[in-house]
Amino acid sequence: MTDAVSLPAPAMRKGAAVGWLAVAVLLAVFPTIADALGQPALVPLVGRILIYGMAAATLNLVLGYGGLVSFGHAAYFGLGGYVAGVMALSARNGDLAFGLFPGTDQLLVALAVAAVMGAVLAAVIGSLSLRTSGVQFIMITLAFAQMVYFLFLSLKAYGGDDGLPMRRRLGIGALDMRDDRVLYFVALTGAVIVFLVIWRITVSRFGRVLSGLRQNEARMQAIGIAPRRYRLVAFILAGAGASMAGVLMANQLRFVSPDMLHWTKSGELMIMVILGGVGTLAGPFLGAAALVGLETVLGAFTERWQLLLGPILLAVVLYTHGGIAGLVTKLVKGRAP
Amino acid sequence: MTALLEVKGLRKRFGGLVATDNVTLDVQAGEVHALIGPNGAGKSTLINQLMGLLRQDAGEIVLAGDRIDQLPEPERVRRGLGRTFQITQLLPEFTALENVALAVQAREGHSFRFLRAAAHEERLNAPALQRLKEVGLAAKAQVKVASLSQGERKQLELAIALAGEPRLLLLDEPMAGLGPAESGEMVETLRKLKGSVGILLVEHDMDAVFALADRISVLVYGKIIASGDPAAIRDDEAVRTAYLGEGDA
Repeated sequence: MTDAVSLPAPAMRKGAAVGWLAVAVLLAVFPTIADALGQPALVPLVGRILIYGMAAATLNLVLGYGGLVSFGHAAYFGLGGYVAGVMALSARNGDLAFGLFPGTDQLLVALAVAAVMGAVLAAVIGSLSLRTSGVQFIMITLAFAQMVYFLFLSLKAYGGDDGLPMRRRLGIGALDMRDDRVLYFVALTGAVIVFLVIWRITVSRFGRVLSGLRQNEARMQAIGIAPRRYRLVAFILAGAGASMAGVLMANQLRFVSPDMLHWTKSGELMIMVILGGVGTLAGPFLGAAALVGLETVLGAFTERWQLLLGPILLAVVLYTHGGIAGLVTKLVKGRAP
Repeated sequence: MTALLEVKGLRKRFGGLVATDNVTLDVQAGEVHALIGPNGAGKSTLINQLMGLLRQDAGEIVLAGDRIDQLPEPERVRRGLGRTFQITQLLPEFTALENVALAVQAREGHSFRFLRAAAHEERLNAPALQRLKEVGLAAKAQVKVASLSQGERKQLELAIALAGEPRLLLLDEPMAGLGPAESGEMVETLRKLKGSVGILLVEHDMDAVFALADRISVLVYGKIIASGDPAAIRDDEAVRTAYLGEGDA
């Protein structure tokens, strides 16, 4: 036998890299295109898609790569939204946000605080829920998220069920946050960072362990891997990321309400992941585009647009084998010999 | 000299069924100790207790002088236990090399690294490739597990176990499901390993057992009914009636 064994291909093929670069450039010039087409309203819409995509991408880390069906991801997303809203409120009133720390009018500060709070919440929920698996795990994550929902529903100081408007957006230095384009580029930057970080995680040593635990837990224990701590770390990373996406969302909408924490929001994030492609890098963003896009287009015809969403979701799940991302891969590969 | 593995008075009961009945055995460093017995004798139950997947009702398991019978499986693996599965347990989406590299990584104990691509790490790939060579699977390094044959999967099981650099290897029917040629290769591979690692070999293939074992114990209904060198076992009357006479002759 010869020793000639080719070692692994680069983690990202050249063709794929070129494709991603093209997508990034297209997104970067999108506001200009929208203006040229006389559709400036599309800019905040795509910004919203990018932010939802970030949140869904963090869910995909635990759900798609880790195989953990967390049904409470809105808890972190909504918590981030409230961090933005409450810190802005406290900065104006000069009191302590959540009675703990001073407010801010700086977006980056709110993002950092939200990341820490999201991580802590995920550590608490994860350390308890990861003792279970399967249906119990789904139910426990849902139950914890509902607790967070009802907590904020009852906080009258922060608007209760009316929600909390933000008089001014959180800013970054001298950037004019009233400009839709500026907001868009903030969202795009965030989405690119989330995309790159999750890509690196999935090909790292940690990512291999996480994926291995999904593929065969008995095998992983037999090579000496204790599952829970790795899953917990993935859970914490995802919670921190979703919380940061929540800050951007509240900041874009200048409003946060318990709706952002509601279990249907967890469901929407899950639909984005499944629609776009479970366990794929682009899937959550494609799924976010599809869901928000359908809501906008179908919603223009009828208030009952979700009646039409159902069959579409069914068709994607039944026929694409891997969501929109799977479909795209198939089309691209089908062209090449 | 203390044995590498000592099992003392191990008992396990499932309701009315005594699956492990006061089992006492040892494996010396570098020795191949074969455990044979008819189906349902409790061989897999014993391996699962040694690994920590099942907790014994009574008795002790001592590895190189330290009691390990209260430790969880990953901790026992860190202390030098390794195993292969009768029904292969592999990571189907990964290549053969990736499966072994992950075991190398687990052995190193550095899995909280988040940003560097593991696929480029020579210190994972080189030892992994070496293990694949040892079991004769290097040519399939880049093939996904889902596309490997049953025999290749068995070889991969062994490569993964070796990547953990165990002091004691528990082999759960490594020949099961292999054709005659593949069985011969597996026996050769194990013969080369002999002496470098203690092996507890659970196996039905008597040719393989008599080719490899330094000692043989016979397990029937959870009890060890005989233990000794291969020649003694071959001639043991109780063993012949209970086991050897039945199917394999």
